[in-house]
Amino acid sequence: MNRYIPVLTSLALAALFSGSVPGADQKAAPESVDYIKWQAAGYAIAKPLGSLTGDPAVGRKLVVDRKKGNCIACHLLPVPEAEFPGTVGPPLVGIAHRLSEGELRLRVVDIKQLFPHSIMPGYYRNPENYINVKKKFRGKTILSPQEVEDIVAWLTTLQ
Amino acid sequence: MPTGKLSLLLVTSLLAGTVSGAGPGNKPRSGYEFLSPETRDMQEDEFSNPGFQTVDEGAELFITAGENGKSCASCHGDRGQKLKPRNIASYPVYSEQLEKPVTLQGQIHRCWTERLGKPAMKYDNKDAIRLETFVRNLAEGRRIDVETGGPMRPYYEAGREFFYKPTGQLDMACAHCHEQYVGARLRAQVLTQGQSNGFPTYRLANNRVNSLHERFRQCQNLLRAQFQKAGSDDYINLEVFMHARSNGLRIETPAIRF
Ligand code: HEC
Ligand code: HEC
Ligand code: HEC
Repeated sequence: MNRYIPVLTSLALAALFSGSVPGADQKAAPESVDYIKWQAAGYAIAKPLGSLTGDPAVGRKLVVDRKKGNCIACHLLPVPEAEFPGTVGPPLVGIAHRLSEGELRLRVVDIKQLFPHSIMPGYYRNPENYINVKKKFRGKTILSPQEVEDIVAWLTTLQ
Repeated sequence: MPTGKLSLLLVTSLLAGTVSGAGPGNKPRSGYEFLSPETRDMQEDEFSNPGFQTVDEGAELFITAGENGKSCASCHGDRGQKLKPRNIASYPVYSEQLEKPVTLQGQIHRCWTERLGKPAMKYDNKDAIRLETFVRNLAEGRRIDVETGGPMRPYYEAGREFFYKPTGQLDMACAHCHEQYVGARLRAQVLTQGQSNGFPTYRLANNRVNSLHERFRQCQNLLRAQFQKAGSDDYINLEVFMHARSNGLRIETPAIRF
């Protein structure tokens, strides 16, 4: 299995993103041939990618998984067991009060549609937009459509 | 101008890629400023700073005779005392002969092959890093003063472009972390300006001295970008920009960083 098991020693924090673990998730990222086109309207993507149904329990794991969402690197999240949340982005506690499911989806899929110069990665951005990608990630999105939907499903529970 | 407007302007011009150095009004700040008091003490004390082991190894190589019976010391003094700290702090410099910038390590490679008659080493070879750490340490406390005009200009500009260009699957630029979010925490790690004044630097994360090009590779890898070989033209240009961006900061080699 190539699912990451969080080991939270202070030294493990040195590897902030998964780039430093060669070969570990070669099979995890989807191929570009699978890329599902999506459409944004009104700052939102109303329909789930590929009409998939997300699982919030899986989403909760993905947001703190260093090799997957790793949202915790930048955002305070209501996941108490994940220590040292980052402060680069705004806290996401209660985010579903402000943003609808479709609005959350667009932000996870490709926040650069809203803020072209954002530091936040586009987790389901068209891979054609990336420049100088390391070989094993070339032509691939950061998350699969199912993983995006799992995270969106969890975010909508943050009332 | 009210500060609110000014900072907005700064952010806009950063995003447009027009900011040079650490950004206008953004004084360069050494990574030292972000260290805990304990780590600062460790860096300052020659006996507890583990980077000095590498300095000593470099000093040893410096007095070791090469193929032609000469050592670095034959020309530059037993402890390198004939090398000028002011010159060391000005690297990379433009070489008229090579018609391109030469880094401090690049100059060491030249003396290694041309003056000692030794077989060429790869860029960032362990011995090359040892010698570079020793030589840079001779200029500890000097302020970095790299030329960015004249023939250096195009190389500086190329390095600057590299710094502001988002790359990799995570699609981020060096400037995102080291300019826009300085002081914020990426997970547990406080982001600094990513200054180069402590290099080669002892990293507590891997318990050894790391060259500047190694750090470039580590940060590019973090972004899932295709990193390059140490000593590549792109990295030389980036080194020109990074050291020039540190102009005015004191050399701390061997610094201690996380
Ligand atoms: C590298 C840092 C970083 C990472 C990693 C990151 N974000 Fe963000 N995020 C930001 C920043 C910064 C913003 C604010 C927009 C801006 O200024 O670019 C933001 C904005 C958002 C917003 C909109 C918040 C609002 O108040 O409008 C949502 C929702 C969000 N992020 C969710 C996520 C999720 C979910 C993940 C993980 C899958 C994630 N982010 C990963 C930096 C990050
Ligand atoms: C035979 C004499 C000789 C030997 C041996 C020698 N060098 Fe040099 N070195 C020079 C000269 C001459 C220069 C001036 C620049 C040039 O023309 O290459 C120089 C320049 C330098 C500089 C740059 C100094 C400045 O002011 O810009 C450094 C650093 C340096 N050498 C390090 C070394 C090291 C390290 C070794 C051993 C591997 C070494 N040198 C061996 C003659 C020597
Ligand atoms: C995702 C954020 C991020 C990006 C983007 C990034 N780095 Fe870093 N970098 C770090 C972290 C974290 C550290 C260690 C803490 C610090 O000094 O900020 C670091 C440290 C450094 C240091 C060492 C600073 C010191 O005082 O020793 C240098 C130099 C550096 N980075 C250069 C770069 C370059 C060049 C790029 C672009 C290729 C880059 N970084 C992109 C996160 C990043």
